[in-house]
Amino acid sequence: MLGFILKRIALLLPTLLGITIVSFGFVRVLPGDPVLLMAGERGIKPERYQKLMEQFGYDRPIWEQYLDYLNQLLHGNLGNSLVTKQPVVTEFFTLFPATVELSICALLIAVSIGIPAGIIAASKRGSFWDQSLMGTALVGYSMPIFWWGLLLIIVFSGWLQWTPVSGRISLLYYFPDVTGFMLIDSLLSGQKGAFTSALSHLVLPSIVLATIPLAVIARQTRSAMLEVLGEDYVRTARAKGLSPTRVVGVHALRNAMIPVITVIGLSVGTLLAGAILTETIFSWPGIGKWMVDSISRRDYPVVQSGLLMIAIVVMVVNLLVDMTYGFINPRIRHD
Amino acid sequence: MKRSLLASLGLVAMLMATSVHAKTLIYCSEGSPEGFDPALYTAGTTFDASSKTIYSRLAEFENGTTNVIPGMAESWSSSADGLEYTFKLRPGVKFHTTDYFTPTRDMNADDIIFSFDRQMNETNPYFQYVDGAAWEYFNGMDMPSLIKKIVKVDDMTVKFVLNKPESPTVANLAMDFASIVSKEYADQLAVSGNMGDLNQKPIGTGPFQFVAYQKDAVIRYKANPSFFAGKPAIDDLIFAITTDNSVRIQKLKANECQVAPYPNPADIAELMEDPNLNVVSAEGLNVGYLAYNTKVAPFDNVNVRKALNKAINKQAILDAVFNGAGVAATNPIPPTMWSYNKSIKDDSYDPAASKKMLQDAGVTDLKMKIWAMPVARPYNPNARRMAELIQADFAAVGVTAEVTSYEWGEYLKLSKAEDRDGAVLLGWTGDNGDPDNFLAVLLSCSAVGGSNRAQWCNDEFDSLTNKAKQSSDAAERTALYEEAQVVFKREAPWATIAHSVVFMPMSTKVTGYKMDPLGGHRFEGVDIAE
Repeated sequence: MLGFILKRIALLLPTLLGITIVSFGFVRVLPGDPVLLMAGERGIKPERYQKLMEQFGYDRPIWEQYLDYLNQLLHGNLGNSLVTKQPVVTEFFTLFPATVELSICALLIAVSIGIPAGIIAASKRGSFWDQSLMGTALVGYSMPIFWWGLLLIIVFSGWLQWTPVSGRISLLYYFPDVTGFMLIDSLLSGQKGAFTSALSHLVLPSIVLATIPLAVIARQTRSAMLEVLGEDYVRTARAKGLSPTRVVGVHALRNAMIPVITVIGLSVGTLLAGAILTETIFSWPGIGKWMVDSISRRDYPVVQSGLLMIAIVVMVVNLLVDMTYGFINPRIRHD
Repeated sequence: MKRSLLASLGLVAMLMATSVHAKTLIYCSEGSPEGFDPALYTAGTTFDASSKTIYSRLAEFENGTTNVIPGMAESWSSSADGLEYTFKLRPGVKFHTTDYFTPTRDMNADDIIFSFDRQMNETNPYFQYVDGAAWEYFNGMDMPSLIKKIVKVDDMTVKFVLNKPESPTVANLAMDFASIVSKEYADQLAVSGNMGDLNQKPIGTGPFQFVAYQKDAVIRYKANPSFFAGKPAIDDLIFAITTDNSVRIQKLKANECQVAPYPNPADIAELMEDPNLNVVSAEGLNVGYLAYNTKVAPFDNVNVRKALNKAINKQAILDAVFNGAGVAATNPIPPTMWSYNKSIKDDSYDPAASKKMLQDAGVTDLKMKIWAMPVARPYNPNARRMAELIQADFAAVGVTAEVTSYEWGEYLKLSKAEDRDGAVLLGWTGDNGDPDNFLAVLLSCSAVGGSNRAQWCNDEFDSLTNKAKQSSDAAERTALYEEAQVVFKREAPWATIAHSVVFMPMSTKVTGYKMDPLGGHRFEGVDIAE
C-alpha cells in the first residue's frame, strides 16, 4: 500500500508541473493586462504603464517570468494578489473552509439521495419509479445552475420565507473564525441560535450544488446495480431464498459500489467547478467566487497559484478514493 | 415541516439577536473591497468600504451634492497667483480608538503631510509598503506634476505649493485618494514590522470605525463616538457582500439588508410598488458617448459628424438599453453639474435631414466601425445593444456600420490610437464634481491619444477650459465652461448619448439616506427606525 501511495505521489509531480504551465499560460493568453484594467477609463500614460509593467515584472520574456514563478514556488512563495496585496496562500486558506463545508454538505445530499434513488430504479427496472427517478435525474443534470439557484431563492426565500436568501449565517451573529467552518464555529461560539442559523443558510446552496452530482450518482448506481443484479451469485442468493432487501443491500450493492465511488471521487472536481456559480449566486465566500473575480481582474498570481492549489486538492481526493477501493473490494489490492 | 422548523428557529434567533443590537443597518454591497487604504485603489466599491466610512479628508463633498465643504480643515485660502493653498486644520479631530490602536494625540499637520508624501515621495517608507503600490488615482489626477511641495506651517496649518494654478485643487483634495491616515499609527506599524496592516486594519477619523472583515462575506463597522461632525445615528453598520443583483433585491425584500444598490432596471417598477420599500433615484454624474475619430476622414468634417448625430434615435436607446433609467445627453457634462449650459439644444433625430447632410458633404456609401465595450458600465449598461441600435439608425441613412469589440483592457488601449478606425462607445463618471474633470480630461488637446477618444483638438475650446482651470472666480469659470459647451456642440466630436439614472431601493425604515451624485454610498446621516 505504501509503495502504491509513493508511486502515485511521484506521478503527481509531473502533473503538477503541467498544471503550472497551463495555469501560468492560460491567464496570460487572455487579452488585456492587470495594469490596463486597474487604470480603467481614466487611462494611463505610456511611460507610467511601462514603469508599472517593470515594477510587476511583466515586461520580461514570458519564459523568464515562468522560471521565476517556479523558483518562487520551490521556495514556498505562491505570490501576492495584485489586487488585495495579500499572500495568495492566506487568501486561499481563509476561503477554502467555506467551499469545503458547502461541498461536503452537497456531497452528503448527493450520496444520501443519489444512491438509494439508483438502487430503487435498478431494482424496479422499467417501472414508473425507474422512469420518474431517472427522468428527474436527467432534468437535474441538465438544469442551468444559475437559473436553478435563483428559482430556489425566489420560491423558498422570497415567497415561502423558509430559508435565508444568501450568506453563511445571519449577520447579527458575530464571532471570530476558529476553524473557518461555520457549523463548527457557530457551535464553539456558544451563541444561541447561531448553529441553526448557519445550518439554515446551508440548505439552498447545498441543494443547488448537489443537483448535478446527485443526478450522476443516481444514474451510475442504477447502471452498476443492473449489471450486478444479472450476475450468477445474485441469482444464487435469490435461489437460496434470501429476502430481496438482503440480496440487493448486501450481495449486490457492495459489488456495485466500485464505479459509484469512482464517480463520487470525480464529482469533487464537479463540486469545485459548480461552486463557482453556486458561490456567486449565494454570496458564499469561497474559492470559486475568488477565482472568478481574479480572472476578471487579471490577478495573475491568484489565478496561477489558486488553480494549482485547487488541482492539488482534486488530486489528493482522487488518491484517497483510489485507496478506498481496497477496503470496499478486497480483490483490489495495491500491493 | 423540517424546513419550516429550521426557518422559524432561525427567525427566533434573529429576533433575539436584534434586540441586543438595537440600531444596526445592513447594506448589501455589490462587491468586496480590494483593501482598506483608499489611496491604493480606484474602485468605487473599495471607496464605499474605506474612504466613505472610515476616513475623512481636508475638504469634503457635502452629502448629496458636489459642493465642497470644510472637513478636517476648517478653512482654507489661496494666494492671488493660485499657486498656494493654505489649510487651517480643525482642532480636536480624533483618530479611531480600536482594539489594535489607541491614539495618543489628535490629528495634526504631520498626518496630512504623511498621507500625501507616501504617495509621491519614493523615499517615504510607505511608498512601497505593499507589493505593487501604484497610487493610481493620485497619479491619474496628475497630482505629482501639480504639487510642488507640502509645507507644515505649524501644527495646525499646512500649505500646498503648486507648480501651476489649478482651480479644482480643493475639490481634488476631497477625493477618496486624499483620505487622511494616521502617521502615529503608521509609525507604530513600521516599528512592529506590520506595515501591511495599514491596508488591512484601517484607522481613520471618519464616521465609522473598522471592526472586522471576513473576506468576500461581511465588513463590520461601529459608529465613531468622536466623529467631528457628530456621532452617526446608527450604532453598527454592516456591509453584506452580495454580488448578484437579483439576490441583493431578494435579500432586501426579506429584510436581510435594508439598503441595496444597483437593482436590475427590469426590477425597478416592481420595487416601487412594494409598500415596505422606498426607491430613491438621482441622475448619475456621468455621460455615455459615441466618439468619432475626428482625425480620420470623413469624420474630420463637422457636417458628417452632425449628420450622423441626427441619425441616432436616442429615445429608442433609452428605452431598450437603459429601460428608462437614463436621460438623453445634450452636453458632455451631466445636467446636475454646475455650469451645465441649459440653453444648448440637442441635435434632433431627423433621418431625412441626416441623409441630406451626408449627401451635401459628398459622403455616399460610407462604411464605418462602431466599437462596443464588452462590459456594462453605469453610463452604458449594454454597449453591444446600443451599438446595434445605432447600426440600424445609420443603415437608415445609408451608412453601413460594423459593430466591433475587444476585451476591456484591450478596448481601452486600442481606442486611444490616433489613427483608430471607427467611432467608439465609451463614457465617464465624474471624480470631483468639477466640469474640468469632464471637459479637460475627455476633450482637451493634451488628452489626444489618451482619454480624448475623439482625438479632437480645438484651440477655441482648449483656451476656454484652460482659462477656467486657472481662474478662482466661480462666476467667470461658469461662463467659460458654458461657452466651451457651445463650442463642443457646434463641433460635435461626439454623439452625446445618455446620462444614467441611479436607483437605490431601501427599507421604508431607513431615513436620512442621500444619493451621492459622485456615485458613492454614505451612511453617516442615515438612521433606521427600530
